[in-house]
Amino acid sequence: MVKWLHPRNLLQVMTWVILTALMVGCGDSTSNKSIHKIDYSKDYPANSGGTLIDAMTGEPSGLIAMIAGESAASAIAGNIFNSLLKYDKNLELTGELAKSWEISPDQRTITFHLKPDLKWADNTPLTSDDVLFTWQKVTDEKTRTPYGSDFKLVTLAETPDANTFRVTYKAPYAPALDTWAGLHILPKHLLKDQDINTTAFARNPVGSHYYKLEQWKNGQYLKLTRNVNATQGQAKIDHLLSRIIPDKAAQFLELSADNIDSMGLNPIQYARIFPARPELNKNIALYKELGNSYTYLGFNLKRKPFDDIRVRQAINYAINKQEIIDGVLLGLGEPVASPYKPGTRWSNPALKPYPYDPAKAKALLKAAGYEDHDGDGIIDKDGKPFSFEILTNQNKEREMTGVLIQRRLKEVGIDANIRVLEWASFLGRFIKPKEFDVVVLGWSLSLDPDQYSIWHSSQQAPGQFNFISYSNPRVDKLLEAGRLELNPDKRMKIYHEFSAILLEDSPIVYLSAGYGLSAIHKRVRGISNPAPPAGIGHNTYEWNIPQAYARSEMSEH
Amino acid sequence: MLKYLLKRFFWMIPLLVGISLISFMIMHLAPGDITSSEASFNPKASEESRQKLRELYSLDKPVIVQYSLWMKRMATLNFGTSFASHQRPVFWQTKDKDGNVTLGMIQEALPITLLINVLSLILIIAIALPLGVISALKQNQLADRVITLFVFIGFAIPGFWLALMLMYWTGVQHNWLPISGLQSLGHEHLHWLGKTLDTLKHLALPVFISAITGLAGIALFVRNGMLEVLHQDYITTARSKGLNEHRVVYGHALRNALLPLITIFGLSIPGLIGGSVIAESIFAIPGMGKLFYDAVLMRDFPVIMGILTIGALLTLIGNLVADVAYAWADPRVRRGVMQ
Repeated sequence: MVKWLHPRNLLQVMTWVILTALMVGCGDSTSNKSIHKIDYSKDYPANSGGTLIDAMTGEPSGLIAMIAGESAASAIAGNIFNSLLKYDKNLELTGELAKSWEISPDQRTITFHLKPDLKWADNTPLTSDDVLFTWQKVTDEKTRTPYGSDFKLVTLAETPDANTFRVTYKAPYAPALDTWAGLHILPKHLLKDQDINTTAFARNPVGSHYYKLEQWKNGQYLKLTRNVNATQGQAKIDHLLSRIIPDKAAQFLELSADNIDSMGLNPIQYARIFPARPELNKNIALYKELGNSYTYLGFNLKRKPFDDIRVRQAINYAINKQEIIDGVLLGLGEPVASPYKPGTRWSNPALKPYPYDPAKAKALLKAAGYEDHDGDGIIDKDGKPFSFEILTNQNKEREMTGVLIQRRLKEVGIDANIRVLEWASFLGRFIKPKEFDVVVLGWSLSLDPDQYSIWHSSQQAPGQFNFISYSNPRVDKLLEAGRLELNPDKRMKIYHEFSAILLEDSPIVYLSAGYGLSAIHKRVRGISNPAPPAGIGHNTYEWNIPQAYARSEMSEH
Repeated sequence: MLKYLLKRFFWMIPLLVGISLISFMIMHLAPGDITSSEASFNPKASEESRQKLRELYSLDKPVIVQYSLWMKRMATLNFGTSFASHQRPVFWQTKDKDGNVTLGMIQEALPITLLINVLSLILIIAIALPLGVISALKQNQLADRVITLFVFIGFAIPGFWLALMLMYWTGVQHNWLPISGLQSLGHEHLHWLGKTLDTLKHLALPVFISAITGLAGIALFVRNGMLEVLHQDYITTARSKGLNEHRVVYGHALRNALLPLITIFGLSIPGLIGGSVIAESIFAIPGMGKLFYDAVLMRDFPVIMGILTIGALLTLIGNLVADVAYAWADPRVRRGVMQ
């Protein structure tokens, strides 16, 4: 037998190896520590340069957003590509590639005038031909995109000259402007002979925005570098590096060790961990902004007794929304009373959420015929106890929300059970065939007010989004009118009325809209705080890292 | 022997087909497909567009038709392209007409997982073998109890918790080891020695975690095997022959005690390509575990089937290798095989 395999020798060898490894490891432990002693409170004039390292939980599948679709892809591609229009910091539409746009008197034709001398990152001119090409691609039957339907409403797309792009719709289509703000314009000269579904361009894109892709290490990071040919202005920070770290706890450790500059936080990290760790707050600033979605409790209106408005309103009164915001979001959210971002044009300021009022809830239930006749603590009608199932998908915040609702409903005598399901079976077995009583889910607080696909009575087929089967002729009319009206002020009135009816009808109970939370190292300057409605990301091109605070060269390359 | 090998080898083909058929069916039993992910539950993506996607991916066809389409591709060793990752090739790289090379998903993830698992297997053997032997020799004495306790703590401790604690200690409190990732950001500018050292530093914690949690099985296996062998008559014979204890233990006992380990290693070959989802997520390592998990969540059928097929193939090969090695190591088995 080999001599070194003797247990005593082997243990010695191992101890030696481990000790050596530890000592080698200790050798460079001093290099990074000095960073923590820098005082980040000094003021410096904005200069360009530096690298911003952030972390994301998922890797983009590609950078052609119309095909990739996931948020990681949109986040990165948004730094590389431009759309015709964009939302400004107050979430109003403004031109990006377009300098201006006109709407014809019959509201069917939109003419976009491009800014002069637009260029791609490879210095080729960007013209209306590229816009037309992009439209052709997104509406092409062979393109594997789920986002084509809005653009298929265009009956005629033309380019009268290199700087003009004109689209004509069959009927006025008010959400059109929003759809053009979401469509990244792609370069025709690089893609015209490619199959957009498989092209290597998706992993090696050329855009026109502030940054271009320099390097993509699969599964590790994407590195963007400032596009010197950018025609939207020059960003100050030279490199944006996005590391892929799926685990939030690991991201947090990387942030604490000053290996990344920014990450999105969850409410616990924001409200519990940071306040308890003063040494972190010395280097890291916290930001909160309006979130992009709200959580709701939705009724299956095809099932009894949820077809009864008194029952729906009673449940709305019985639920304490502030408790959900405090308990689930640790106070980091707002109640909403319409499906629009509070403080923006579309949100009706006159609407207030249903207050928490169990007495009123009981009275409404009694009016609907529900009382505790047999004295078992659960209200009943015609001998049947009021009992139902709250369905939600595997999402910690939604599960917790469900538990809080369950308790409050019990207080008014309603017996609710919670059932949590994996997403695909939730959707396939319960939502599509409408086999549910009540769901806890989320919708986005959309930037365009059109919510036709969610609330119009024609959108109830399996797989469509009005799965709660809401049907109100007045709302149908308003939603149709809102789609035809391109004048923002007239449109606003339509949607204010729509949200008022929706609140009164209570087909869903608005529960909460959580804030977007992020932590960014104090070396990064120029961030708007408090955040405007569009969030802190509205002016990333103005963010800068003073030279004195930049990371050492080694860790940048 | 050769005839036996050939027979075993050709038996693998119907087995593989059967496994792939069952896998394919089970995969389709789970509700949903690529178009029903949570991200696609978005009013901007219409049901018609999703139906169109289903048609483009042949998801609207009956499962058995989809299976035969897959089989047809597999017959030419074409694993297909991923639904979810912009049509990346599932297994091996492809080149388009402009000469752009797109790397395969398994091609990229497999070496990483393999490296971690092989390193951790080596570490496990290096630690578990002596621990098991000591334990057996000092049966029911203090050393045995301490070792047993230690390996069981390693086995029982939640890996993700230990990982986070170690990341905090070695990465945040002291700057000894990198916290997560596979390479430092400046990796490509390093000398080859620096590159190796950099990668090893990044792998140190994942390998350690994977080893510490896998230690108990092998250590106790060696211990029990040793104990059994030490009570055999031929050990008594060896001792009565006057052999010194060292030769008895290492020359006779350990060799025989190690025989069953061959089976264990043979069976752990397919395990080598399966990464741990939790460890890979925490350490941000783009390995096989994360790839498979994401593919299942996204219902990315070609990727799921690709990994399952390779896993099945390796399991069968592992079994074969274990049997052959066994026959090679144990004359009794060999004779049985030849007959």
